Amino acid sequence: MRRLAPFAAAAVLAVALVAALSLGPVRLPAGDVIGAIGQLAGLPVRADAQALAVVGALRLPRALLAALAGAVLGLAGALTQGLFRNPLADPGVLGIAGGASLGAVSAIFFGFASLSVWTLPATGFVGGLAAALLVCRIARSDGRTPVATLLLAGIAVNALAMSLTGIVVYASDDRQLRDISLWLMGSVGGATWSRIWILVPFAALLLVGLPFFARGLDALMLGEREAVHLGIGIETLKAGVIACVALAVGAVVSCVGPIGFVGLVVPHIVRMLLGPGHRPLLPVSALAGAALLVAADTFARLAVAPAELPVGLVTAAIGAPFFAAMVARSKRRLAL
Amino acid sequence: MISAVQVGLRVGGKTLLEDVNLEVAAGTFLGLVGPNGAGKSTLLRLLAGEQRSTQGTVSISGRQVAQWSGAELSRCRAVLPQQSAMAFEIAVRDVVELGRLPHENSVSRAQNKAAVARALHVADVAHLETRSYATLSGGEQQRVQLARVLAQIDGVRTSALLLDEPTASLDLSHQHRVLHVARRLAAAGAAVVAVLHDLFTASLYCDRIAVVSRGRIVADDAPTAALDPSTVRSVFEMDSAWVDAGKNRALLAFKSDGGP
Repeated sequence: MRRLAPFAAAAVLAVALVAALSLGPVRLPAGDVIGAIGQLAGLPVRADAQALAVVGALRLPRALLAALAGAVLGLAGALTQGLFRNPLADPGVLGIAGGASLGAVSAIFFGFASLSVWTLPATGFVGGLAAALLVCRIARSDGRTPVATLLLAGIAVNALAMSLTGIVVYASDDRQLRDISLWLMGSVGGATWSRIWILVPFAALLLVGLPFFARGLDALMLGEREAVHLGIGIETLKAGVIACVALAVGAVVSCVGPIGFVGLVVPHIVRMLLGPGHRPLLPVSALAGAALLVAADTFARLAVAPAELPVGLVTAAIGAPFFAAMVARSKRRLAL
Repeated sequence: MISAVQVGLRVGGKTLLEDVNLEVAAGTFLGLVGPNGAGKSTLLRLLAGEQRSTQGTVSISGRQVAQWSGAELSRCRAVLPQQSAMAFEIAVRDVVELGRLPHENSVSRAQNKAAVARALHVADVAHLETRSYATLSGGEQQRVQLARVLAQIDGVRTSALLLDEPTASLDLSHQHRVLHVARRLAAAGAAVVAVLHDLFTASLYCDRIAVVSRGRIVADDAPTAALDPSTVRSVFEMDSAWVDAGKNRALLAFKSDGGP
């Protein structure tokens, strides 16, 4: 089961991607979709011209942005839960989403957002990072960062960011309010190739750290002292996980808005299926997060066509019933 | 194997340990006994290289602990903490496998598996292998953690094993079993240090006993010499007598006036 899980998750993601590319106002057969991907990838195949245009210009960037964002959120969730030794933690506890929201909402309020397509993501990114740095600064003492203090500092910074965001929202006019609430719901509708390329290095950062993080977080399941006894450089591990999560989640949130649920629940579901070992958990959480967000975005495009729902509203609607079923199943297992 | 020379620890103006000299040779099972708050667990942390002393030096295999990297230490020294709560629902076998983490790149997968199997057996938790750690009793959890640290030093030529109250929540027969295992490991060449509260079992199994009182070592000798009734009287405020326990002698502590 554990050995096959990454392949199974990759297969689910592939199906979700093909579905995302073929479904929409123009329905494309899966064969045309695969042909179009082949030609875009430079393979010697000729694809249907309409399929090529729809896939290449519209659906592929959007599906890839959803996949990338979902992968980062799922993986970051698993990393955060491992670091805090707490299955209820998510990347939000570091204040990233709160800070990014404050940055983006302020950019809309002060009119920076209309200056260039990049000012909104840039202010969101800066806000997210600033919040994460503040959380670490508050929690740090004597060269150590106890995770319990980190959690409390995160609560304080999140509360502050939410209250400031609330003040900005209160002072906004009707047109700004609509922009702000749409942004806060999260959407991959603004997908462009350049946004994807900006996210790739951040996602790669997480990927490169993966083997090191998996080993350290496995030891950390026993406790901080126990991890030290097993030769883990605990402060390096914490700093590495926090820095990578803050950068990657900050970049994702600034591009697609604060999409909840994926980071909290995807690792949870994967842990129920595969156990808590991080070597399968981390990569499978990334693949499952990607699959969930791609599926959710496809549903968001189709549900109220020709309009579309913000994907942030849909992730929980799709994921929660599945999660509830898993909880009910594990409850029965524990009762036996 | 482990030696502490003139070791002291002051934290925030408070002296936790003072003037501690201790030598634990390979092949020795040393018991640390003393009242609550005397500094036993703190001393164990210093000996483990987990915390730095503010005075004096702690060395392992002749090299000061500050000069060891965490990874190097983890390949020859294991520590059993007083209690460990696991963060997630995890199977017993997976907990014990974590003990092999320091050796995963230097030893073959088959050897690591064999080490885990041996540790599960020695700690008498092999029958719990597939159970979830969270569903075990406190004593069973403690034995699983023991299996994890035994797995960590399995196959290591000169190892140090530091146990903080390894018998605390165990039933009578497992208390004896764990101390027997500790003594056998020492006989096979390990340096074993255990913080113990029960003077009866400590006197029965340890090669040597160090009595810690108010941050100092007040006696460090063979059990019969270290735990003489006058020391026990002054440190623990208890009366005591050496009695026959099978083929060995053991210390029985009691209150002769019947109460506190």
